[in-house]
Amino acid sequence: MSEISDRSLSYDREFLRELMVRMMTVNRFEERIHELFGQGLVHGTMHLCIGEEATGVGTGAALKKDDYMLATHRGHGHALGRGVDIRAMMAEMLGRAGGTNHGKGGSMHICDFDNGILGANGIVGANGPIACGAALTIKMKKIPDRVCAAYLGDGASNEGAILESMNLAAAWDLPVMFILTNNTYGLSTPIERAVRNTDLAQRAAAFGFPAWECDGNDVLAVYETVKKARDYVIAEKGPVLVVEHTYRTSGHSKSDKNLYRSQEEIRYWEEQNPIIRFRSFLLEKGIFSQEEIDGMGKEADQAVQDAVDYGMSCPEPFADSLERDVYAGEYAGVYGGGFDAGFGTGREA
Amino acid sequence: MREITYREAVREAMCEEMRRDESVFLMGEDIGAYGGGFGVSAGMLKEFGPERIRETPISETAFVGAGVGAAITGMRPIVDLMFSDFMAVCYDQIINQAAKMHFMFAGKVSVPMVIRGAAGGGTGAAAQHSQSLEQMYCHVPGLKVVVPSTPYDAKGLLKTAIRDDNPVIFLEQKKLYSVKGAVPEEEYTIPLGKADVKREGSDVTLITYSRMVPYCLAAAERLAGEGIEAEVLDLRSLSPLDRPAIVASVQKTHRAVVVHEAVEFAGFGGEIVSVIMDSDAFYQLKAPVKRVGGLFCPVPFSPNLEKETFPTTERIEAAVRAVCKGQRSGGRE
Repeated sequence: MSEISDRSLSYDREFLRELMVRMMTVNRFEERIHELFGQGLVHGTMHLCIGEEATGVGTGAALKKDDYMLATHRGHGHALGRGVDIRAMMAEMLGRAGGTNHGKGGSMHICDFDNGILGANGIVGANGPIACGAALTIKMKKIPDRVCAAYLGDGASNEGAILESMNLAAAWDLPVMFILTNNTYGLSTPIERAVRNTDLAQRAAAFGFPAWECDGNDVLAVYETVKKARDYVIAEKGPVLVVEHTYRTSGHSKSDKNLYRSQEEIRYWEEQNPIIRFRSFLLEKGIFSQEEIDGMGKEADQAVQDAVDYGMSCPEPFADSLERDVYAGEYAGVYGGGFDAGFGTGREA
Repeated sequence: MREITYREAVREAMCEEMRRDESVFLMGEDIGAYGGGFGVSAGMLKEFGPERIRETPISETAFVGAGVGAAITGMRPIVDLMFSDFMAVCYDQIINQAAKMHFMFAGKVSVPMVIRGAAGGGTGAAAQHSQSLEQMYCHVPGLKVVVPSTPYDAKGLLKTAIRDDNPVIFLEQKKLYSVKGAVPEEEYTIPLGKADVKREGSDVTLITYSRMVPYCLAAAERLAGEGIEAEVLDLRSLSPLDRPAIVASVQKTHRAVVVHEAVEFAGFGGEIVSVIMDSDAFYQLKAPVKRVGGLFCPVPFSPNLEKETFPTTERIEAAVRAVCKGQRSGGRE
């Protein structure tokens, strides 16, 4: 069901601007935390999505405000594409109390439950089953016009959790959108070495639901495809698969030395970056001038700078309540024995 | 008071909570017309219908994960795993997802979910359908672990577990399903983290839970004939753990034997012993604390072999006699 947009749709200028600013913001955010990591200000690891900016932004724009969304470990673009507060996100990268997860989650677990963002997941493929559950709530509570979108990569497509959840979503007619961003590599393993049939869109038919594919580096194609697929979910009350073909030009994580692919390949895809392509589109169609687009870049730079300033101004989290924060509800004081139990570890001595 | 089985008690708890709160629902394999692998949900489909008695494909990762997703969006799922051994099939959703979310997402969400499973041996189900893996869940911050031994406890604890805002692993011992016990008609709940003295005694404390409670009670009766009065402390939930009850009982009896069906090596009994050793009760011990647990082997099939795998009343009695040696002189061994 691959469809190429004829672009006869007339877009709102402000909407196109918003897409560009968001993609630029994702790109700057990634570049900046990479830099902060180098300076020792961000610790741990992170999975950057440079080159994939159109997937999170285009998909996010096609979802509705109340839709649920579950991101992957490479989820910064998914979160920013759905409008997570960039300042709280940056504070989380910096491990600060003002972060989206108060410093307890970090890069792989960005969440915003007030806005339907049910958290990014560090376990590849694990969000598929959880998406089924969120969609089950939509179905059981008969909530109109809402879907649950779960991102996954080509790597996750071979996880049992994903295959099981595709089956469950189909068997139960759940409003789940499986958003497969095929970025060509599962860490360092190219897709053709991971599967015999690299046409991942065909998987949907085996489970009895449709798939759409698009050029994942074309933000408008992503937007239109996801929008169409979402309409299908609402109308037919069943799941869909959307495959967005893209390429990760940044390394898998902080420790990636790019030993598994050539510099030529990376350079080729850097030229295909969705921001470069969208800029060409906007200029060719005469929608925005070069000057206006440069202004969008500055806006993105400013948003990221403000986020860094905010994050750096947030205090470090205190470690005085770690055991208390494990469970919802009244603290029973009988678990770890550290702070309240009065028995146990000797820490009280 | 009327008597019902452990199986009926579990069912009553679920039915009452489903009547009380429409966000509560049950899902699992063959729980509808078939009535569940152990007959626990028999008849529930008729009252609640297929939406709330939701039968799943044989796909544990998908439906336990769906339980997590439903729980974080406003439902209160009870997930029936049939055999608790199958948790190994969907470990990620329990350990990395359900248990972590409240903490990892800074308290912005909770996971009100019960995962029920039939645990333990004694039924000839062999190595992959007879395990007692409760200690593995206790080791994971974020999970609660409940191990009832009587119909009364099973009902009261399950009602509390369903109302709890955290993921609760609720382990029902298969051999207990047909055991009858007094359960009042009136509604009641039992808090998690409160142990129960099932038999008072002055000479030694048997600290135990689940199927080993009746074993310990039987051993205590026999030992009484020898002049040894054993207290039987039923922990009822392992996480949260009622440490004060353990310490108080040992401070009274000065001797302790820890009994569980799970493999003794690296089992939960080690934690119970540590609670005693880390407390003032240590100074009042008159003998080393002993453990009686399952052998360090997978559960075998043949009845003869299986029986030897788990603690027997004889082994429990022998352990008690060993710690009570020289009891009359009151001396320290």
